[in-house]
Amino acid sequence: MFDVSILFPSVLNGITTGAVYALIALGLTLIYGVLHIINFAHGASLMVALYGVYLLKERWGIDPYAALLVVVPAMFVMGYALQRGIINRASHGKDENILLVTLGLSIVLENLALLLFKSDTRTIDTAYTLSTVEIGPAFIALPKLVAFAGALITAAVLLLIVQKTDLGRAIRAVAKEKQGARLMGIDVDHVYAMCFGLGLACLGAAACFLMPAYYVNPQVGNGFVLVAFTIVVLGGMGSFAGAFLGGLLIGVVESLGGLLLGESLGQVGIFLIFILVLLLRPQGLFGAKA
Amino acid sequence: MKDLRNILLFVLVVASIPLWSDSGVLLNFVMTALYACLLAQAWNVLGGFGGQFSFGHALFFGTGAYVQAIAQMQWGLNAWLALPLGMAFAAAVGAFVGALSFRYGLKGSYFALVTLAFAEVFRIVATSVPFTGAGVGLMLPLRESAANMQFGTRAGFVWLMLGLVTLALGITAWLRHSRFGACLQAVRDNEDAARAVGVDPFRVKLAATVISAALMGAAGAFYVQVFQYIDPGIAYGPHTSVEALVGAIVGGMGTLWGPVLGALGLHILADLTRNLFGQLPGINMVIYGSVLVLIVMFLPRGIAGLGVFTPGQWLRSEKKGERS
Repeated sequence: MFDVSILFPSVLNGITTGAVYALIALGLTLIYGVLHIINFAHGASLMVALYGVYLLKERWGIDPYAALLVVVPAMFVMGYALQRGIINRASHGKDENILLVTLGLSIVLENLALLLFKSDTRTIDTAYTLSTVEIGPAFIALPKLVAFAGALITAAVLLLIVQKTDLGRAIRAVAKEKQGARLMGIDVDHVYAMCFGLGLACLGAAACFLMPAYYVNPQVGNGFVLVAFTIVVLGGMGSFAGAFLGGLLIGVVESLGGLLLGESLGQVGIFLIFILVLLLRPQGLFGAKA
Repeated sequence: MKDLRNILLFVLVVASIPLWSDSGVLLNFVMTALYACLLAQAWNVLGGFGGQFSFGHALFFGTGAYVQAIAQMQWGLNAWLALPLGMAFAAAVGAFVGALSFRYGLKGSYFALVTLAFAEVFRIVATSVPFTGAGVGLMLPLRESAANMQFGTRAGFVWLMLGLVTLALGITAWLRHSRFGACLQAVRDNEDAARAVGVDPFRVKLAATVISAALMGAAGAFYVQVFQYIDPGIAYGPHTSVEALVGAIVGGMGTLWGPVLGALGLHILADLTRNLFGQLPGINMVIYGSVLVLIVMFLPRGIAGLGVFTPGQWLRSEKKGERS
């Protein structure tokens, strides 16, 4: 009953979905993995970016890919402001407080969206929404292929920023030794906020790549929060390559799970992986033993 | 002793409300406020006294609710027997999740995420299996009589809820004064130091999880009795988890009256906004979220931390804050 011809498209589909997951997780791994800020509002921020893309397209007819130029900087600014203005102030230096504040932020953002846009699910229409590309025996939606490429490029850019720029060096220094970095004249609060801004900018990119093939509603971020945390933990904290591979893996697991267990149970696989990885291998599949 | 006296006073005052008023609005308010108190107190046992922040307390709430419904509808049990059974099942789920998490040393954000993940797993499973009524949910048939725990008036529910809240208050008072409570707070403040003086952190945290889960399960069972309906979104969705933890944190974690104050305060706030803005979707949760952010920013010890109600406690926690 099981032949490869069903399996292959399913895996391929999973990989392209996984690329979008990877994009979302890249932002989180920067925030959570490097600086250990537990950004619970990651999903809600993605939702905000998706609404941004939606509004740009519906009000001014701006193509989602062109919207990258607007949404990515806008999300960066929002991230910087949130971290500097609210999260940092509320943390009082304790991880638990950050967890609670970002949870509070996600509740506020999500329900503000509910107030403004109602709970309707919205989609946008582009010329290429339904275009497909033939790969071997399978057809893949064009937007998903673009998202795959976008995820690769974003991962590369992030890696470059963290490895090659002064900001990247400062981020790594702060991640290793906060006090030491401060003594070397690094403005730690600024670095944290920059990092948070970059993480949300990734979400902006993810939203632009996601929107042509996806939808937006106020709750859309919820589904992504745990998936993104799963990928970050799976890939090893703060590892961009790990987050990328982890994203692909989770995409495939979800796709195959959906094929074998049915649409609604398919997601269970992701959460079970998450629980198992946290319990048995908290350093991640690709991480070194801590 | 002072705690017991205050609890007794609280119980007597609240219990007398249905005797001098039969206003449906007032009794409904008292009932839902007590319900919010129970959620907050249940979370407070593990989060406030144990320092383990769960983001998935709906896991225990939903389990209690489903057992309450299923025991009556499919096993033919009486509602009064179903309630302790629901609590027992919730406690068992708590023991399972707690044992797994603490055995592998999960704490802080990891524990929060794992509880959330478990709640999601249960939600998805509940939408997929037949005996929970899947996505349609379960509708408890209406059989109005005190013997079925379906009271004709709100007064019955108020007294039932008050009983459960009193149980939670009693447990909290016990945590404040007992050896076990001292161990739990020691583990919260410094696990390694607690271990060094002979406390077994695993057992202590596990016990706190079980107690917290059982109280949450009671809240779930109560929910089913009042609203006579449960579905996976209500049972395991994030809403209940959030309500429980926000109530406890706003009121003041690790205190006796904090969660009561927090739940009551939020409840009044929610009612006021409903009167001001009408039934706008989401406005309640916007306020819950904003209050959570503001409290963490400006009053990390919650309302009880203001010192108006328990000055002694405030002073003690102030000193602790300086040390750490």
